[in-house]
Amino acid sequence: MTSRTTGGLLFEGSDWTFDTLSRSYDAIEEVAKEDLKLDCYPNQMEIISSEQMLDAYSSIGLPLMYRHWSFGKHFVQEETGYRKGHRGLAYELVINSNPCIVYLMEENTMAMQALVTAHAAFGHNHFFKNNYLFRQWTDANAILSYMAFAKDYVARCEERYGLAAVESILDAAHALMGQGVFRYRRPPRLSAERERLRSLERLEYEEKTFDDIWRTLPQRAGEDEQGEGGLDAQERRRRLKLPEENLLYFIEKNSLILEPWQREIVRIVRVVAQYFYPQRQTKVMNEGCATFTHYTILNTLFERGRVDEGTMLELLASHANVVFQPEFDDPRYGALNPYALGFAMMQDIQRICTEPSSEDRDWFPDIAGNGDWRGTLLDAWENHRDESFVRQFLSPKVMRDFRLFALGDVEGASHYEVAAIHDERGYRRVRSLLADSMDVGANQPDIQVADADLLGNRHLKLVHTVRRGVELSDRGREATLRHINRLWGYRVSLVSVDAETGEELDEFAAGPV
Amino acid sequence: MPNYIDRRLNPKDKSLGNRQRFIRRARDELKRAINEQIRTGRIGDADGKHSVPVPVRGTSEPSFSLDPTSGEHEHVLPGNKQFRPGDKLRKPPGGGGGQGSGGEPGSGGDADDDFRFVLSREEVMDLFFEDLELPHMVKMNLKEAIRYKPRRAGFTTSGSPTNINVARTMKNSFGRRLALNRPKREEIDALVARIAVEEAKPKSEARRRTIAALTEELDRLERRRRRVSYVDPMDIRFNRFEQQPIPNANAVMFCLMDVSGSMGEREKDLAKRFFVLLHMFLSRRYERTDIVFVRHTHEASEVDEETFFYSTRSGGTIVSTALAEMKRIIDERYPFDQWNIYAAQASDGDNSRDDSGRCIAMLDQDIMPLCQYYAYVEIIDRRESDIFRTTENGTALWKAYKQVSEAWETFQMTRIAEPADIYPVFRELFAKDQSVGHG
Repeated sequence: MTSRTTGGLLFEGSDWTFDTLSRSYDAIEEVAKEDLKLDCYPNQMEIISSEQMLDAYSSIGLPLMYRHWSFGKHFVQEETGYRKGHRGLAYELVINSNPCIVYLMEENTMAMQALVTAHAAFGHNHFFKNNYLFRQWTDANAILSYMAFAKDYVARCEERYGLAAVESILDAAHALMGQGVFRYRRPPRLSAERERLRSLERLEYEEKTFDDIWRTLPQRAGEDEQGEGGLDAQERRRRLKLPEENLLYFIEKNSLILEPWQREIVRIVRVVAQYFYPQRQTKVMNEGCATFTHYTILNTLFERGRVDEGTMLELLASHANVVFQPEFDDPRYGALNPYALGFAMMQDIQRICTEPSSEDRDWFPDIAGNGDWRGTLLDAWENHRDESFVRQFLSPKVMRDFRLFALGDVEGASHYEVAAIHDERGYRRVRSLLADSMDVGANQPDIQVADADLLGNRHLKLVHTVRRGVELSDRGREATLRHINRLWGYRVSLVSVDAETGEELDEFAAGPV
Repeated sequence: MPNYIDRRLNPKDKSLGNRQRFIRRARDELKRAINEQIRTGRIGDADGKHSVPVPVRGTSEPSFSLDPTSGEHEHVLPGNKQFRPGDKLRKPPGGGGGQGSGGEPGSGGDADDDFRFVLSREEVMDLFFEDLELPHMVKMNLKEAIRYKPRRAGFTTSGSPTNINVARTMKNSFGRRLALNRPKREEIDALVARIAVEEAKPKSEARRRTIAALTEELDRLERRRRRVSYVDPMDIRFNRFEQQPIPNANAVMFCLMDVSGSMGEREKDLAKRFFVLLHMFLSRRYERTDIVFVRHTHEASEVDEETFFYSTRSGGTIVSTALAEMKRIIDERYPFDQWNIYAAQASDGDNSRDDSGRCIAMLDQDIMPLCQYYAYVEIIDRRESDIFRTTENGTALWKAYKQVSEAWETFQMTRIAEPADIYPVFRELFAKDQSVGHG
């Protein structure tokens, strides 16, 4: 520790200045790096007004985004909610980029600015930089320039092909965002920056070398039979690498009706969807990590006499709000609060490492009493997503504290049945069910491309695998199919197949036969 | 040391483009909803001063999702109190647990259905009056416009001294002086000084000749200076003004209503709604819209709005008194060549027997030639509406006005039985395609 640690109060009162902001930042950084051993991207802190925060919200949190009416709609919704007081604004917004952009609201008090700095600029930042999902799937160095490209590209398309044409492609692609990610396979390592250049080159090359004369060449006889026309269905599917879980990817690569610019827009939507996929899988961990970080750092600063009691009381009050978990029968209950669960589990890991009970020694023999809670947490943050984190680290104590219980819900039955509770017989069951419920892949409809005869009738066949009888909701199903039809151009059908029996349950279609 | 950037002064409305795209997208839906609101009469009461929340359905973002009510699920919930494994809980009727949806910040959710969009009054009116147009805009035609406004139109060589354009004049003068080589004051002064110097020196033959040459030169310069004047009449330019006719931007709307005992609250309410709509419509088109309220029983008087709608008087009904009052007010305050005159009359159709003839005559000779548009709205009973709607039959006043409407294209008449009728009737009266070839 340097001598700076005993430098007296960082700030007093609730007003902030750039001076107190930087002094606090430095103190927080010192604790984060030297005490918690966090490893972060450099930070870029931006002070914004509440209106700008609303702006940032509505374009799904990216500072640069192409224009689309749905963002306008979200803006109006947020704004209405905010004006009427239904909804507060987040105190901060953080972007997974390098440098990591952190938005601070000007209305925050100095104490809140300190909390937000610790929470976002170090907690989230460390998580973004180190968690395996973000490292594999997102390229923090390139996302901003890619989005700048995307915004510019979409704007250019709007100028060239008209608002309506671009809008219809974006609408359709947005409908498939949930089915536009790779869940199971490893991503190709291609940096977004390189991809951006490549797509620009590709487009320019096509424009330059376009020559209508090739279209008019007579086809040589016999070529048809030689081509893929005679392939059997199995071979055809092999060549198309079917089945394919990423509908947007398949459409982008194989749709016969899309113009190059339309394909590019589909790709942009797919890249954005994929960029946010890790965030959806790590809500508990990400928020838990950030909450644990701010809590630990601010307490350390308090112990060292750098913040006063008044500040600490304010911080604890907002911390308590953040980690508040209403019970299931509370009218405020919406879902398990990822902040609360993540924070509780991480604090519990700290406890297990330092003061284990005999129960902990049974459940976590490898970490109980190892004394190195920092290392244990750093390792968990790096190598888990919500599902595996809960499966591995949820302890009986946390289950008891939350009084978790599992409720079975079978369609058609008149009653719910309590499947397991927080007792000796139920711990493992509850934990495993909770982990299952956090598996984003398993909780999204499993829809894959089964077949598409590109040389025949070009009928796109999708299969929805129904697990445990959970079917697709009627809401939006037909409209989404129509959107796929718009991108595909030919008939699209969706068959529901039971995962266990293989029985076809239902079929929906869009487009002419 | 972190990098702090103050973005507060950055332009706001980063998502303005998105909002515009959204409004464009939702336009049809918003329009339909607004028309619906007008029809059910909420706007009329409040005179449209406040914003109107509008449900939006046409802007859903569909996607595939799983149906939470089908199949088997297991939910893990916090806050167990007394449950044991195997306990059964009755499902609430209607399926689906209590959706709290509070608490969590950023729980976007599918709130599409009850999403309400608040438009400003301006936005509402724009959408509402989008395909309506003022009929018979005779006085909007340039040839009939009476008011003129001078407008700058270049320069001219003649005009009144007040209109001299100094800059342009001096420019011409300078050019001319340069071209004709007008000697400068300094040149002459220098010459005079030199002569003085020469004369001061001791005299000699050579010097005398020099002085003579210099004096001659001075003479020549001064002559030239007199000949080439500083500002010549041909330099002068005047600002030129053109009289530009400007369209009449004022409108006056006469609201005539029968307030005799036969007009009950219901009838007046309907009439008011109609007048409010008409007023909103006119005030959008004209810079200035005056409203004149004239009520009548067996005699007519101009009153304020409050009295017009909320006080009743009893007495007979003589419609022509209202027309006479209107004529008087026009003559007094609203010269017809400067004002667009609109009139709307609401009545239940009663009139004293011999008065209808007089009404026809007055409308024909005095009122209709001055009026841009005259709408007669007859408020009838709901029971009567079925009888009357299809036939040409009607009250005394209706039959009389029928003749006027045949003679004047700018005279429209219609019947209203309930609030829902008002808007269709209004549209019918002001629909765009009603354009009439004037003359």
